[in-house]
Amino acid sequence: MSPLVSIVDVRKKFGDFQALDGVSLDVHAGEVLCIIGASGSGKTTLLRCVNQLVTIDGGAIWVDGELTGWRIDGNRLHALPEKEIARQRLATGMVFQRFNLFPHMTALENIIEGPVQVQGRDRAEASREAEALLARVGLADKAGAYPANLSGGQQQRVAIARALAMKPKLMLFDEPTSALDPELVGEVLAVMKELAASGMTMIVVTHELGFAREVADRVVYMDRGAIVESGPAAEVLGNPKEARLKAFLSAVIA
Amino acid sequence: MGQGKTPSALPDIAHYTHVPNRHWGRWAAVAIILLLLTGLARAFAVGDIEWRFVGAFFTAPAIMAGLANTLWMTFGAMALGIALGVVTAVMRMSPNPVLQGVAMGYTWLFRGTPVILQLLLWFNLALIFPRLGFGDFSVRTVDVMTPALAALLGLGINQGAYTSEVIRAGMLSVDAGQYEAAKAIGMTRLRALRRIIFPQAMRVVIPPLGNEFIGMVKLTSLASVIQFAEILHAAQNIYYANSRVIELLIVAAIWYLIIVSVLTPLQMLLERRFARGTGGSR
Repeated sequence: MSPLVSIVDVRKKFGDFQALDGVSLDVHAGEVLCIIGASGSGKTTLLRCVNQLVTIDGGAIWVDGELTGWRIDGNRLHALPEKEIARQRLATGMVFQRFNLFPHMTALENIIEGPVQVQGRDRAEASREAEALLARVGLADKAGAYPANLSGGQQQRVAIARALAMKPKLMLFDEPTSALDPELVGEVLAVMKELAASGMTMIVVTHELGFAREVADRVVYMDRGAIVESGPAAEVLGNPKEARLKAFLSAVIA
Repeated sequence: MGQGKTPSALPDIAHYTHVPNRHWGRWAAVAIILLLLTGLARAFAVGDIEWRFVGAFFTAPAIMAGLANTLWMTFGAMALGIALGVVTAVMRMSPNPVLQGVAMGYTWLFRGTPVILQLLLWFNLALIFPRLGFGDFSVRTVDVMTPALAALLGLGINQGAYTSEVIRAGMLSVDAGQYEAAKAIGMTRLRALRRIIFPQAMRVVIPPLGNEFIGMVKLTSLASVIQFAEILHAAQNIYYANSRVIELLIVAAIWYLIIVSVLTPLQMLLERRFARGTGGSR
């Protein structure tokens, strides 16, 4: 079976800073992949390249059999227009470190915004599904609440529901618990675990090694814009081979 | 206080009455201000003003017509200004350098010249272009470029240059994460602006826009130089005939104050409407 996501030799520079230096990675349907690494290692940039919030300088990313961002014409690649890129993004759902809920909309309005405005779906039907999603993330009673009246953990769970409402094939998580108070981390991780168990394909950039150990099928360690080590979670986290990874793990655990 | 003293050694004052500050200075200021206002009122009462003319001309037909013209010109020029301002701000924030350049050029041109000069240019457009249109479908410019149209274009297009910067400030005030979240659910730039960015920018934009609106009420008086019959022009026409200059200027002044007084609470209503989801109104 061909992978759901194929990342091939991807490069990205921000000014003089080489954020991604030839990264290749496959993710299969149903797989949960955790990317770990120090800040500045390129893990968040890689995640944002997958849904084209960052435009790559070189290489290629395929999502669900479709080359992202470019159209192949003979031996040339033509940049896709904005509309096509927006359509391609519908294959992925994204959860941000700082939640990024729309503050002028209630939890329910946040969730139905994409289905109704972008996918043109029936509002009543979308609302029913949104209520089911809110129940799934344990917030059935918060449909009418504005983000400002929700805790960080609740906001992040609404953000997960908002991404799921688009019925994506792949979910991207960008350090979803890093902005949370410690006592709120567990409720978000619990929702993510349930999502993983339901068979969702997930790429998770995280510092939660416990979550990675428990849920990830595969863990990738990145440093200086490249993948240094990857493999099953137990192996990468329990028996690291690279000196840099050993140093990183002991620093995180200490 | 020495070491080792227990709280019980402190004086027992828990049951005393708390007396707030007296603010004697405020009372003194109020007295002085009242005194000055009384003096001012008396000066105007005994001054050379025939107050009965103020009353007589306050609702004169010419003044009423001028009032109507001032009002529709204010709303018309602001509507044109806001429409141009939004389009210009969106162009300025676009990734397309051609659109950016056009937006910057427009702002530069119309902020760079006095609005009264622009009014005169529009009004005298016939001197540059005697006819407007193409071939058989053309009209004499003097027939089209009435004082009202010249004022609407002059004030509205000038206002658009200023309003674009107000709108741009509002767009910049919205967190970059909001654009990203909108993109992540498949929105194009224009849809994200309309659904996500503008509703949030409104909160920041309304106070300065209210300011501009109030400014426009009074800016319409400039159109009197191109014979647009707004309220000041109407007052002047009357005092040219009856020489009651001050009385008619007072009539116009009172009407301007009334218009602005009505607009201010409207702005507060709008602000409340767009404060949805923020701490202020839950």
